[in-house]
Amino acid sequence: MSNAVLKVENLQTHFFTKAGVVKSVDDVSFEIGRGKIMGLVGESGSGKSVSGFSIMGLVDPPGRIVGGRILFHGQDLVGLPEAEMRKIRGRRIAMIFQDPMMTLNPVLRIDTQMIETIQAHEKVDHETARQRSRDALGQVGIPSPEERLSAYPHQFSGGMRQRVAIAIALLHKPELIIADEPTTALDVTIQAQILYEMQKLVAEQNMGLIWVTHDLSVVAGLADELCVMYAGRIVERGPVGQIVDDPIHPYTKGLIGSVPSRNPRGQPLTQIPGMAPTPIDLPPGCPFRPRCARADAACETTPPVEEHRPGRFARCFHPHLEDAA
Amino acid sequence: MTAATPIVEMKDVSKRFVRRLDLASRIVNRLGGTLRDEVVHAVDTVNMTIAEGEVVGLVGESGCGKSTLGRVVAGIHEASSGSLHYKGVDVSTLTGAAAREVQLKVQMIFQDPMSSLNPRLRVEQIVGEAPQVHGIVARGELSDYVDEMLLRVGLDPIYKKRYPHQFSGGQRQRIGIARALSVKPDFLVCDEAVAALDVSIQAQVLNLFMKLRADFNLTYLFISHDLGVVEHLSDRVVIMYLGRVVESAPTGELFEAPNHPYTQALLAEVPRLESQRRVFVPIKGEIPSPLNPPSGCHFHPRCPHAHARCKAEVPALKEIAPGRFSACHLNDAA
Repeated sequence: MSNAVLKVENLQTHFFTKAGVVKSVDDVSFEIGRGKIMGLVGESGSGKSVSGFSIMGLVDPPGRIVGGRILFHGQDLVGLPEAEMRKIRGRRIAMIFQDPMMTLNPVLRIDTQMIETIQAHEKVDHETARQRSRDALGQVGIPSPEERLSAYPHQFSGGMRQRVAIAIALLHKPELIIADEPTTALDVTIQAQILYEMQKLVAEQNMGLIWVTHDLSVVAGLADELCVMYAGRIVERGPVGQIVDDPIHPYTKGLIGSVPSRNPRGQPLTQIPGMAPTPIDLPPGCPFRPRCARADAACETTPPVEEHRPGRFARCFHPHLEDAA
Repeated sequence: MTAATPIVEMKDVSKRFVRRLDLASRIVNRLGGTLRDEVVHAVDTVNMTIAEGEVVGLVGESGCGKSTLGRVVAGIHEASSGSLHYKGVDVSTLTGAAAREVQLKVQMIFQDPMSSLNPRLRVEQIVGEAPQVHGIVARGELSDYVDEMLLRVGLDPIYKKRYPHQFSGGQRQRIGIARALSVKPDFLVCDEAVAALDVSIQAQVLNLFMKLRADFNLTYLFISHDLGVVEHLSDRVVIMYLGRVVESAPTGELFEAPNHPYTQALLAEVPRLESQRRVFVPIKGEIPSPLNPPSGCHFHPRCPHAHARCKAEVPALKEIAPGRFSACHLNDAA
C-alpha cells in the first residue's frame, strides 16, 4: 500500500521508571490507508494507548520513543521539533479520548472551545469559525447545533459530550484520527449511534481511523484491519474478518474463544490461564509463553513477525495454521 | 417451579430517591412559589420472582434502576413501597435474629473490587471478619476456614496476609466473591461483577461463578449491561428501562424472538464478534432523565412503533406466552 497515510515501523516506546524499564511499545509496525479503519485491540497494559500517544507525540517523561519511525505521508514524526509537531497535531492528526471531559474544558462554552481550536491553526474570523463549529456539530448528529454551541460541557449527556469531542477532532478535516476507547464509557444504544457516525464520517471524508479498544466485538463490526497487542507487541495483524474467523496466534485464538457469545450457553468458557505479565523488565522471548499451551523451548527467543498467509502477520513459532480452510 | 416457594419475590417494589427542598426553597414556597421536591423513581413497581437455583440476568442501560433494584434485594436499600419476600416471608416484618439471618443469606458482589474492599485490611481479615462476627466459625478454626474460602475461589491461601492493592483486578474480584461466600449465602446479587475485567480474566471469573453455583447450589441475580455475558450465564433475562421491567423471558426465547421494541433495539445494537463488517442502524434519541421521565410508556419517544396510546397509558407487564412477559401496548392490538 503506497498511499498509506501513516506507516509505523518498529516503534519502541519505553518508560524508564525507578522499578525498571517498561517496554510499553516494543517493535510495533503497521500502516493505515485513507478511508480505512484499523482496530488496535489489547487488554489493559498491552500498550495500545501508548502506541496512540506515541503517534501524537504525547509521550511524557519518564517515557521516551527509543526506536523506530512514524511516517506520516513519508515524513518521520519521531524527533520532529515541537513547533513542527504542533502544526500537525490537532490539524492533520486528531485524537479522541475515552473520557470526553479530558478534551473539553468544563468552564468554557462549547463555541469558545471550538473557535479557539480553529483559530489555533488557521487565520479565520470569529464568525466563519463559529459557522464551521456549528456545521461540525451538525455533522456528528447533535440536534439544534446553533443553540447547543452556547452550552457548557456539563449540560450535555455522556454520549453528546463524546460527539462534541468528535466534532472538535473533525474541525480541521484531519487525514488521520486516533480514537482511544471512545465508546467504552457509553451505553450500548449510544455506542451504536457513535459507531454509526464514525463509520459514515470515515467514508465521507476519506480519512484514516485508528480505533483503540479492549473490546474485540466493537471493532469486529467496524474495522477493516486488526492489530492485536499483547505486552507491548503486535502479536497478530490482518484483515478483521479473517482474524475473527481463523486466528493464527494462540493469544488471539484464546481471546476470541473467551468471548461469551462464542461459547455454548451455560458451558464453561474457554479461558486463557494465568494473567498478563507485569510489564517491568519482561524476560526475553514470547511474553505469552507462560499462558500458552503450545509454548516450548523455542519460545524463549522472541519470535519475529512473519507473514504466515498473504496479508496475515503473526509473531509466533507455533501458529495455528493447520485448521486452514 | 410453580409449586415451590420462590427464594426471592418482589411485589410492586418501588424505590424513590427524594431530594427535599432546602430552607431557601421552602421560604420561596411560603411566598407563593411552586417549587417541589425532586423525586427520582429509580425503581417503579417491579414484580419479580426468582426460583431457587435460578440465574436471573438483569439488563439495562445506565440509570435504568438495575443496580438500585439489586441493592433493594440485597437489603442495602429499603424499598419505598411494595414488599420483598425471602422464601415466602415478608422481609420487612422480620426483626432481630431472623432479620439478620436473611441479611446473611443474601450477599452482594460489587463492580469495582478496589472500592468495595477495605484497603487497610489484609485478605484474611476481609474474608474472615464476617463469619467470625456472626459466629459461623469458631475463632480457632477461622484460619482454616479462610484458607478453604480462598481455595474455593481459586486463590492461593499463602497470599492471605496481603493487602488488596497487591492483587490484580481479577484476583480482587475473587476476594470479593470469597468474602460474600464466607457467610454461607443462598443468594448472590452480582452487580456488574465482571464489567471492570479484561476479556480473558472475565472468562475466568464467569467460569468461577458457574462452578460455585454448582458447588453451593446458589441462586444469582446477575446485573449487567453486557448482553453477551447475560446470555451465556442466565436461565432467564429481565430487561429494565427507566425503572420499569419491560420484558422478562427465558434466555433462549428472549434472544431468539425479543418482543418489546426496546429489547429488539438493544439486541440489534450489541456489538457481536462477527467476521462481517456491519452497518450500524442505531435507535434515535437519548435515554431520558429519570428525574422527568416521558409519560405513558417510557420508551415511546424513541420507539419506532409508538402510537397515541403509548403517550397516555403505562403498559402493564403481561404474560404473552407461558413464562414470557412484556410491557407493550402492541401486544394488545395483535
